[in-house]
Amino acid sequence: MSTPFYVSPEQLMKDRADFARKGIGRGRSVVAVQYADGFLFVSENPSQALHKVSEIYDRIAFAAVGRYNEFENLRIAGVRLADMRGYAYDRRDVTGRGLANAYAQTLGTIFSSGGEKPYEVEIFVAEVGDTPDDDQLFRLTYDGQVADEHGFAVMGGQVDLVSTSLESTYTEHAPLADALAGAVKALGQADAGERVIPTADLEVAVLDRTRTRTRKFVRLSPARLDVLLGERGPSTPAEKSSGDGRREGGGSTVPVVDNPSDPTDQVSGSVPPLEDPTTGEPPIAPPS
Amino acid sequence: MNDSRLPAAYLRPGSSSFSDFLADQAPDLHPGGRSVPQGNAGDLAPHGTTIVAATFPGGVILAGDRRATMGNIIAQRDIEKVFPADEFSAVGIAGTAGLAVEMVRLFQTELEHYEKIEGSTLSIDGKANRLSALIRGNLGMAMQGLAVVPLFAGYDLRLDQGRIFSYDVTGGRYEETAFHSVGSGSLFARGALKKLYRDDLDATGCVEVVIQALYDAADDDSATGGPDLTRRIFPVVQVITAEGGFRMPDDEVAAIADRVITARMIRPDGPAAPLTGGAR
Repeated sequence: MSTPFYVSPEQLMKDRADFARKGIGRGRSVVAVQYADGFLFVSENPSQALHKVSEIYDRIAFAAVGRYNEFENLRIAGVRLADMRGYAYDRRDVTGRGLANAYAQTLGTIFSSGGEKPYEVEIFVAEVGDTPDDDQLFRLTYDGQVADEHGFAVMGGQVDLVSTSLESTYTEHAPLADALAGAVKALGQADAGERVIPTADLEVAVLDRTRTRTRKFVRLSPARLDVLLGERGPSTPAEKSSGDGRREGGGSTVPVVDNPSDPTDQVSGSVPPLEDPTTGEPPIAPPS
Repeated sequence: MNDSRLPAAYLRPGSSSFSDFLADQAPDLHPGGRSVPQGNAGDLAPHGTTIVAATFPGGVILAGDRRATMGNIIAQRDIEKVFPADEFSAVGIAGTAGLAVEMVRLFQTELEHYEKIEGSTLSIDGKANRLSALIRGNLGMAMQGLAVVPLFAGYDLRLDQGRIFSYDVTGGRYEETAFHSVGSGSLFARGALKKLYRDDLDATGCVEVVIQALYDAADDDSATGGPDLTRRIFPVVQVITAEGGFRMPDDEVAAIADRVITARMIRPDGPAAPLTGGAR
């Protein structure tokens, strides 16, 4: 008879968190900025078909980083939930807070249940109000935590670099062009220096409260972006891409060696994250 | 919205049809899943009446009168029976008002849901077919006197023209050319459209023709409401072009309606069409 190893709950949760964080860190950042007329979402995403930012309902948008199939699943569930609510009650009864709660519960349950792989995703749920004071932006992490964000928020990829840059340019109630310029500049930051991202590689969408239609979500086309951004100098496309609509490496000098004791490194390497990060032993003894 | 975890069915990959999802997850909310006791319920609920549609180069107009009737009673004077279905299409309803409004709501959600899930809009034929399926689901009710007969109009961005689809209670879908009307006053409206419609009208001219047709319908059909001059209630007019659809502002419709009425003060039967064809 085999005796299972004892793995402390703290260790188990840490392993799962490390696993999810590594997956999320591999992608590229998504930025959400509150501007004068609502919310602006920007990400570098060369794919025209696989969106990171999408519409959920009249005033609610969804943005995500991490594993595409997982957040796409959550997005569809969100659309279904919102449309179901709106149909059963009224369009005004669909709220961003309700949706964020449903996501938080879902992610939290999956994270803490032993049988399921934690989702490697991080999500923004934004709801634009009638006035800037009514705007709401929620950040949901892989473990189901919800945070209420103000002004701007960054997730995925090189979070620190991007948010430092954004912090220096962000002003409250900025017009769209200024907010966009700041966000695009921030996304171009890398350890190696600044890069001008081609407009064709940008995925930009807004929740614009000044739209006359009930649906406030609009994607901005590359042509429109060229006008808004103006002349920016020669652009550099990102480096090699991988599947799932996300890219490896972040175009910077991230160490490509897996350091099992460092939960923040960007590489999983040969050590599967659910094993003990220091000894490399699986948490459960193999059958003997 | 206080449910905890999203139900498994929401996370399951599947159909991008909201109607199918609703029938699966909340059958009580789905119009198709209902049974009514035997008997004719036709007199119990208000009925909407006349809807007309006409195309013009670069777009299509859909308009409806404002009356709902219950037998000999006018149930409502200012009911709205023309709704935008999505950005490039609209649906007008004749028949049992309650069921029709519910069907329109489901149809609107269906189109929007598909658009959000798939990231692209349905083709206009696809939209027309989805509406067909919803009407077919109502056949049981129709046989008990609660029929819903919509008229669907939209702008086809691929063909660059406005298109009109009519339906029967079994969900049969028929594409109409140039103009069409449904509802109790439709015979009279169609007669007027035949005489007044020309294929080189602009949007305003087309709205005028449609308002003339609704006037004629109201003239001869008691269930169709004419322009209400004392309350200033005029038809709902939806204009759809390549730029999208919009409801024509009430004051613009009122201006056209006033013009029509002024002319009818002189000739109550409306404009006289030339006796032999071809003259323009």
